[in-house]
Amino acid sequence: MKYVIIGNSAAAVGCVEGIRKVDGEGEILLISSEPHHTYSRPLISYLLMGKTDSERMKYRPEGFYERNACKTMLGRAVTKISPDSKKITLDDGSEVSYDKLMVATGSSPFIPPIAGYDKVKNKTTFMSLDDAKELESMLTTDSDVMILGAGLIGLKCAECLIGKVKSITVVDMAPRILPSILDADGAAIVQKHLEKCGVKFILEDSSSEFSENSAKLKSGKTVKFDALVMAVGVRPNISLVSECGGKVNKGVYTDEKCATSIKDIYAGGDCSESFDSALGDVRILALLPNAYMQGLTAGTNMAGGEAVYDKAIPMNAIGFCGLHIITAGVYEGDAYIKTDGENYKALFCKDNMLKGFILIGDVARAGIYTSLIREKTPLNTLDFELIKDKPQLMAFARKERKSRLGEEV
Amino acid sequence: MKRVYVNEEWCLGCHLCEYYCAFANSHVNDMAKALKGKEIHPNIRIEEKGDISFAVSCRHCKDPLCVKSCISGALSIDDGVVRINRDKCVGCYTCVLVCPYGAILPSPSGVMQKCELCVENEGGMPNCVMHCPNSAIVFEER
Amino acid sequence: MPINYIFPDFEVRRDQDRCIACRACERQCANEVHRYDEDLKKMVADESKCVNCHRCVSLCPTRAIKIVKTDNAFKENANWTGTLISDIYRQAESGGMLSTSMGNPTPLPVYWDRILINASQVTNPSIDPLREPMEIRTFIGQKPDSIKRDENGRIITDTTPQLELSVPIMFSAMSYGSISYNAHESLARAATELGTFYNTGEGGLHKDFYQYGPNTIVQVASGRFGVHKKYLEAGAAIEIKMGQGAKPGIGGHLPGAKIPADVARTRMIPEGTDAISPAPHHDIYSIEDLRQLVFSLKEATDYKKPVFVKIAAVHNVAAIASGIARSGADAVVIDGFRGGTGSAPTRIRDNVGIPIELALASVDQRLRDEGIRHRLSLIVAGSVRSSADVVKAIALGADAVYIGTGALIALGCHLCRTCYTGKCNWGIATQRPELVKRLNPNVGYQRLVNLVTAWSHEMKEMMGGMGINSIEALRGNRLMLRGVGLNETELRILGIKHAGE
Repeated sequence: MKYVIIGNSAAAVGCVEGIRKVDGEGEILLISSEPHHTYSRPLISYLLMGKTDSERMKYRPEGFYERNACKTMLGRAVTKISPDSKKITLDDGSEVSYDKLMVATGSSPFIPPIAGYDKVKNKTTFMSLDDAKELESMLTTDSDVMILGAGLIGLKCAECLIGKVKSITVVDMAPRILPSILDADGAAIVQKHLEKCGVKFILEDSSSEFSENSAKLKSGKTVKFDALVMAVGVRPNISLVSECGGKVNKGVYTDEKCATSIKDIYAGGDCSESFDSALGDVRILALLPNAYMQGLTAGTNMAGGEAVYDKAIPMNAIGFCGLHIITAGVYEGDAYIKTDGENYKALFCKDNMLKGFILIGDVARAGIYTSLIREKTPLNTLDFELIKDKPQLMAFARKERKSRLGEEV
Repeated sequence: MKRVYVNEEWCLGCHLCEYYCAFANSHVNDMAKALKGKEIHPNIRIEEKGDISFAVSCRHCKDPLCVKSCISGALSIDDGVVRINRDKCVGCYTCVLVCPYGAILPSPSGVMQKCELCVENEGGMPNCVMHCPNSAIVFEER
Repeated sequence: MPINYIFPDFEVRRDQDRCIACRACERQCANEVHRYDEDLKKMVADESKCVNCHRCVSLCPTRAIKIVKTDNAFKENANWTGTLISDIYRQAESGGMLSTSMGNPTPLPVYWDRILINASQVTNPSIDPLREPMEIRTFIGQKPDSIKRDENGRIITDTTPQLELSVPIMFSAMSYGSISYNAHESLARAATELGTFYNTGEGGLHKDFYQYGPNTIVQVASGRFGVHKKYLEAGAAIEIKMGQGAKPGIGGHLPGAKIPADVARTRMIPEGTDAISPAPHHDIYSIEDLRQLVFSLKEATDYKKPVFVKIAAVHNVAAIASGIARSGADAVVIDGFRGGTGSAPTRIRDNVGIPIELALASVDQRLRDEGIRHRLSLIVAGSVRSSADVVKAIALGADAVYIGTGALIALGCHLCRTCYTGKCNWGIATQRPELVKRLNPNVGYQRLVNLVTAWSHEMKEMMGGMGINSIEALRGNRLMLRGVGLNETELRILGIKHAGE
């Protein structure tokens, strides 16, 4: 059996580990356009902050490929999949055959068409190790930085630059920051915190035109910068699958076994879609834990094992300058909101289930909430007043606690 | 594999497990020296309400979500024990987001901490188990 | 506020260098002695509430606490002791009887400690119990007057009902109510594992413990609490309680506060009502009356179970035991004046009754003199404190012993003697759920098993040393005992020679 994996991030690593759980013998070839040992993408901001280094940020330790008998072709791009002949074509035109193929191609930064973008000298996106290194090389303590996009990537980028540069200005079209994970009140708390840490925000505005060192905004304002970070969004890398006839929507379609519509081709990670059990629909859940679990599921199935991935939910843990934010699920139904101006908690309940939550500040033991969403625990089986107060096992019935704490799990 | 199990029927809410945990993880040879005048940050925590109390620490799940979710590769399974490499951990809280037991906790340094079954004690069992005055916390195969 | 005449008996000494303010002492003290002072940032204590039960001492992880006797002194007076003076202050304030718990602590003679055991040297070999069989199994019940044989010459062995004890140590009567559910479970499970018996006391048998019936002695006392046919049938033997060593001549009073629903159900009385056991059985005024009850109980249980009669050791104990032998009872239990109690008036406990050693010796002798010793097994209770006490008791004539206080100490009791408050910090003499759970019966039963196992080993060693390999050969073998520092009357009653003789 020959397994080929395109990609080298969480889904790819999950795939290797999934295959090796079942099949210790088969040949694994991992191909990645990046030349690096597998590393954790979300750690690039921590790298710039000095909280990790290129050695420690390796997603799996040195020797991972060898231990898993996994051959690698790093720094090589795949240009085509030929499902009929079960071959892939590499950037130099050579072909590699596969029995089972994993597509974990991730996503690419989206660059909106804005006039004058070409003229900007110091610009980068913030997705990869190379991006991070490039950004670092552009900056001095005197730099003014403009970040376009107040989402997770843009703000993590902003955080890691605090104290390192003269100014950071984040511009976003949306009226609030982190619109994908926060509601308006929560966003206001985080924004205030980031502003206190020195980040400037210009919201409900966007660049209409760039010059070499400045951006003209639609409102008429001008933002001067020495470096520009584009973080407006990402696009899943679906072309390899779509071009060979695989079903794609926004991302590569996969079933609960993480198989694509094409036989023997699987997909996972940011390029793919999965079933969001909180939402009850398919969507891209571009999160590292999801990517790993999709990869693990795909790998297990590729090697002939049985695995399904049906408990995916959107979830995020993120923090800015000591302020932690944990969110999960969807924000539908009755909202229970509690805030003291610094800490914020919103719980969303519908159909006797917790559907989503936002915690800012005090995020201790949030996983208990997450598991209520994931496991669709009927709320009438627990003491909701206690759960509202804080995530705690005390809220469960005695019998349930007994099984949780007294049985092998 | 032997794990720590908690029987709330016998938990007295004395909180000694927390102190013995903090002591074990201080790697100081005297409890008073290790803990006197300090705020403790144990890996096992008591939940209590009225007469009910019980200790919660890492369950060392067979299929741990935290390990699968860890974005830095700091969490791993070593012979069934879920361990954290605190050198790799960046304190992103993803494990806090996913742990259904609320058993992974931030440490004062910002990176995460968790129970790693400190069995290298003289009694060959985790310190919380060894010193639970009512055998509410046990270390056994189930 | 009137003058507080009572100075605390103890001081809580806390080594502040060691105290880590974990507050375990505070959480574990039902008497609320310890408190964390937020301003001082340290633990403080109110010793006036301390009963010296050592719960905090035992749980303190840094051994920062010790409880010491106060050195606050009254002016020295050999007659008016500090205790007597304080007692008068208490009574002058309350107008009530003094209450106390557990056995008589006064410095009256402990005869066990004046009796020494023999050992073989040269002329008769000692026996190594690790190499040779050593029988400590005992049977409680009436023995036949003579050996009878069938027409084929075989011995007829169908006797009246007998209890087989793997070890001649049983657990004394302690009611559910006076002690906790978990204490009862510990005793019941330990008795079962050890092949011996525990005793329900007069509190009835909780439904959960019927499973331990084959190792249970069910008690019928003057209050008749919890007595019904199934209860009598559940046990292996029935004990009629006429008296108790700690409070001879008086009844019992379990306050309503110690009668929550579960205890009430077991006792078959309304929840929260006082459970008053009358001083006498109102249907027993003579040996003939007692005989009626003995046979009523035998009748009710098809003559399948031995019936014991328990009395306190009092002045005429020998004559009373002789009467009991004639009542048809299978065993008499004699409870000495140091026997424990959950609650007793202090003056009664400390001044009424006689030492078990003397009572035992005189009862055994009287029954022998009357030629009826075989018709009645003799069980003694009331402060049997060690395996040596057991050996001495058997050599003085006992068939078996009951241990109560010793068993409770194994379960954690520190003899603070405040059982009557219902706030036992060790989860033994309490019904408060948060305290009851401090005694994990999985731990408790094992400690009891360990204790009795250890005593068994010691008894076998002592017996082996005497060159004796069965309990039968030790029973009543007073030649194996010698007294030290006893006068001639004491030696005569004990039926032993003085050391050196």
